Amino acid sequence: MSDDAEHTPRAIDGHAPDVFHHGGWVPMRQHGEDDAVDFAIVGTGAGGGTLACKLAEYGFSVVALDAGPYWRPLEDFASDEHHQAKLYWTDERIVGGDNPLQLGANNSGKSVGGSTVHFAMVSLRFRPEWFKARSKLGYGADWPLDWREMWSYYAEVENTLKISGPVNYPWGPKRPRYPYRAHEINAAGLVLAEGAEALGIAWSPTPLATVSAPRGQSPPCVYRGMCVIGCSTNAKQSVLTTWLPRALKAGAEIRDLAMVGRIEHDKSGRVTGVRYHRQGRWRFQRAKNVVVAGYSIETPRLLLNSASSRYPDGLANSSGLVGKNLMVQANQAVWGIMEREIRAYKGPPSLAITEHWNYTDAGKDFFGGYAYMSQGPLPLVWSGVQASKRGLWGRPLIDEMERYNHHVGLKIVGEFMPQERNRVTLTDERDQYGLPIPRVTYSYCDNDKRLIAHSLAFMRQALEAAGATEIWDETDDTCHLNGTARMGDDPQTSVVNADCRSWDIPNLWICDGSVFPTVGGVNPSLTIQAIACRTADRIKARAAHGEL
Amino acid sequence: MPDRYPGYEVLQKRNSPSWNDKTRAVIDQRMAIDPNHHAFFTDAEWPTLRAICERIVPQPPDRAQPAPVAAMVDEKMHKNSGDGYRDARLPPMREAWRRALAALDAEATSRYGRRFHELGALLQDDLLKAIQNGGVAQKAWGDLPAKLFFEKRLLHDVVSSYYAHPAAWSEIGFGGPASPRGYVRMSFDRRDPWEAAEARPGSEAKARAENARVG
Repeated sequence: MSDDAEHTPRAIDGHAPDVFHHGGWVPMRQHGEDDAVDFAIVGTGAGGGTLACKLAEYGFSVVALDAGPYWRPLEDFASDEHHQAKLYWTDERIVGGDNPLQLGANNSGKSVGGSTVHFAMVSLRFRPEWFKARSKLGYGADWPLDWREMWSYYAEVENTLKISGPVNYPWGPKRPRYPYRAHEINAAGLVLAEGAEALGIAWSPTPLATVSAPRGQSPPCVYRGMCVIGCSTNAKQSVLTTWLPRALKAGAEIRDLAMVGRIEHDKSGRVTGVRYHRQGRWRFQRAKNVVVAGYSIETPRLLLNSASSRYPDGLANSSGLVGKNLMVQANQAVWGIMEREIRAYKGPPSLAITEHWNYTDAGKDFFGGYAYMSQGPLPLVWSGVQASKRGLWGRPLIDEMERYNHHVGLKIVGEFMPQERNRVTLTDERDQYGLPIPRVTYSYCDNDKRLIAHSLAFMRQALEAAGATEIWDETDDTCHLNGTARMGDDPQTSVVNADCRSWDIPNLWICDGSVFPTVGGVNPSLTIQAIACRTADRIKARAAHGEL
Repeated sequence: MPDRYPGYEVLQKRNSPSWNDKTRAVIDQRMAIDPNHHAFFTDAEWPTLRAICERIVPQPPDRAQPAPVAAMVDEKMHKNSGDGYRDARLPPMREAWRRALAALDAEATSRYGRRFHELGALLQDDLLKAIQNGGVAQKAWGDLPAKLFFEKRLLHDVVSSYYAHPAAWSEIGFGGPASPRGYVRMSFDRRDPWEAAEARPGSEAKARAENARVG
């Protein structure tokens, strides 16, 4: 039997890959396509994978479909940036606006487990006030969620992922201690610490989803430093290695290499299942409920492409907001040279962090906040920054890259404002499945630019204080995708309610980063997983009352 | 220019615990690329692309096995393996390259009466700088934004090919593949015995000896 994960589905014939063993399999329950399952979930990343696990454990029948392959990291992952591009969503997307986004590697995954297979594992809670950004801080929109409730879901996810972090976290309300001890800080992280201490602000080891001690079948992290191209030892606590093995055990079915192109509905307007492409042809899976969890580009793309005579503007779109308010996060950096050797390629890329400017409002001329972290760029990505962004080539590029082991940097995850003009639409061009290619339009607003300027000036001081020289600014990078189907209390101004249920179609749900009304200054994966856990609890409660 | 990491060779670690089977398979394949092979670019386009690569990522003339940069760019085009986004102002990747190579040769011919690959290095660099700065005039570029192509396509594709090759990793002292062994010494100025030793003034011989033991 062929076992080429990229071209032949592995999750078939009653089994799915055992991600912890070479060539291993685990049993998998399967459903017929005419068997209307309780939930068909589109996407198996931080939103869909987490929800699939929780719903299956609550006794619902679940089929979760993913366009990507089902990897066994131990046998499939090379220590090679070029090869590992296979983890990214590299189907064509057109980018425009004043600040066209760079998609793919840094923000879009195409794997069972989604982008968590190649995320940097930074696992942070929102600042509580962000859930009421409009009423408490004066910008963006309020979430229909209460931070105290989210605090308990954050704890559930942190415990599930056995987050490695400090005993005491310097910012925000009390939280339980992290389940596993913090990782050793590498030289790049120590530079952040020296800078922060010189400027009199707090810093911390970064809470990370890679284990610092053995956990089940995961060995402790060996500081290989290639987290963002896929962890080949399974130290990383991705959706692929945590929620999905549990989901299978609880009876969920996962279909890999299954690209959903359209959601169908009946005459009453309720959705009936998903049309998807697998093994060379289009198929249809019946379902009592459909959950869209494709992340902030594929989710609106699917909803818009499911337009019908009844829903001419796409599904769940009576507000007109599907595809709008796309939010990336600022990912600007300062870089410099240290006399000491840094060798930033060792260890997880962001071992040290400061959230000072997420929790301090005084002295800001902008709304929102940012964290900044130490960095460990690998050569292929790093040379791309030096060339495409700094304009170096020829001898100057070669010479600069030869100083790789002395390069050091600080990089933000910064809050951009929701704007309706930043959006996902469909073009007339078609992809390999015959589906319309999305267009992603992005322009920074003045507030975004002020946040960037503030962060670059501050980080420059920090890097100088740590002794770096030849400091330069990387001014135009972004990370993460959020928004395009925001949650809210009002059907006029949101796409889903607090339970991730669409206002327009009661058996259509959206559960991924798309539902964020604002984005905060931290990496989103922990919040996406916490929302998925909450959604599962709400679905269970509704079902108990016969309200599904 | 003196070698910063004298004698360091990432490939020496091929059979060490720093490489897993998948990595060996992937890198073996890369090392076996025929530098003259081109399946996407035509015989007419090929020397232009090679000349570009030589200027963008110049390699030492005495390197035993140089990175086959042009062949790697060709492979990317042949497989049409995109990056996941396309600036709305640019045509699809393959079309952009074809049009740009034709325009570059037209530009060279109109300025100097010779094709790009027939020019000396200094004139080639002048021409590439002109593209980078948006200073090209030839109507052969048409509606292809030359400066944008240079920044988003040409530099991206050529540079990312070079730094995907072990020759470049050795040059910059990168540890290279690292699974399953990973690393142990994380702090300032610390190297594991399987990492590159840097030659500081006066310590060239010591670094060379240490690099010979990397494995």
